[in-house]
Amino acid sequence: MGLKGRDVISIRDLSREEIEEVLRGTRRMIPYAEGTKIGQQLAGKLLMLAFLEPSTRTRLSFETAMQRLGGRTASITDPAASSFKKGESLYDTTRMLSAYGDAIVLRHPNEGAGRLAAQASDKPVINAGDGAGQHPSQTLLDLATMQESFGTLTGLRVVLLGDLRYGRTVHSLAHALAVFGAELVLASPATLALPEEVREDLDHLGAKVTVVDQLHQAVREADVLYVTRIQRERFADEAEYAKVAGSYRVDSALLSGAKPRLIVMHPLPRTTEIAPEVDGSPHAAYFRQAFLGVPTRMALLSLILTGKAA
Amino acid sequence: MRELKITPIKNGTVIDHIGNGLSLEVLRIIGVSGLDKDSTVSVALHVRSQKLGWKDIVKVENMELSPRKVNAIALIAPTATISIIRDFKVREKRVVDLPERIVGVVRCPNPSCITNQKEPVESEFDVARRRPVVLRCAYCERLVDDFLLHLA
Repeated sequence: MGLKGRDVISIRDLSREEIEEVLRGTRRMIPYAEGTKIGQQLAGKLLMLAFLEPSTRTRLSFETAMQRLGGRTASITDPAASSFKKGESLYDTTRMLSAYGDAIVLRHPNEGAGRLAAQASDKPVINAGDGAGQHPSQTLLDLATMQESFGTLTGLRVVLLGDLRYGRTVHSLAHALAVFGAELVLASPATLALPEEVREDLDHLGAKVTVVDQLHQAVREADVLYVTRIQRERFADEAEYAKVAGSYRVDSALLSGAKPRLIVMHPLPRTTEIAPEVDGSPHAAYFRQAFLGVPTRMALLSLILTGKAA
Repeated sequence: MRELKITPIKNGTVIDHIGNGLSLEVLRIIGVSGLDKDSTVSVALHVRSQKLGWKDIVKVENMELSPRKVNAIALIAPTATISIIRDFKVREKRVVDLPERIVGVVRCPNPSCITNQKEPVESEFDVARRRPVVLRCAYCERLVDDFLLHLA
């Protein structure tokens, strides 16, 4: 089954083969994302962007992807200035968006909003984050980053570090990595450990998962160190936050024992989890990762809107 | 054969082999308050059962269950059998079977789920695991094992 006309709401919607198709498309789209090739693959297509929660990278990279391939965008970016303020349902809004454009990209504060929008719309819907729920294009670009560095995902040893409980990206990433046969190493403060049901899902997929409390040892053996932001708003008091946030800072000292090819990833925005001194090191992959958001979304949009990504 | 202290019904439904103590949940699903005033509802709690050790039984006069209610019973009482009685005779006997998808029976416990907002949408769950039953919200993907606490 091809991706043309499909909704992408959760990474579970995509088979391993379909994910691989997006990753191949991503590689082909890199020159277009860099501007060294001029694309017209999406000329005449109009993408509707409905961002009802703040976003910098995701919205901008979807816009960039569309425009670099000759397509256009129209957007709702301020819910206060739209009919949501008047109490219009997401269902009705989506019906309208689907009548105007060729596909919809939605970010919404409630989990499951993407699925509802997909039901309301007769055009493809891409979920760009629903509350603490799914954000599949982030997972795809994370996979693309690892794939670019190592040429494969199978057998990679990936340390997931930080807020593994509430982090939006980390659950679907863990799922996808398990599908590809990567090995997962979990490192988090006890209060922010991966939820039991996500662990069970990984076990179900036959993933090799270990939990560590010694970050140094884990980093020495890792291929990828995936760092997430600890969200200040999850903590009742500031001292508790500071204690946890301080407990896993990635800096030169931590990386001194790492494999030469280790890459450090972060979905951004970062706060204090990664010291600025790491930015210049060959391990730092998070800005490359942010860039790869554009070709990944180019590939995804092309496959959904035209059935091919070339 | 032990005689039960409940009179036979002429027309209606007998739900037997309900897990011990779960009959009140079954009654909630059936929605007995909506029955006509001449109908008798009998509930037997903690009855000896060869199959289950102990079981509950519910008999409801003048009512046949909709498929949706049968699905809901399958969810909370997977061992139940449902007999349709017409003119004092068992006309149809069914073992309940948990479907792949449960619509409108359980509310999503995630307060931020889109199904708990003001949207024109019914709750919907996929059966993620059967023994024990774990449901996955078809919208927010939250896994739910304590669904008895969240019956709609």
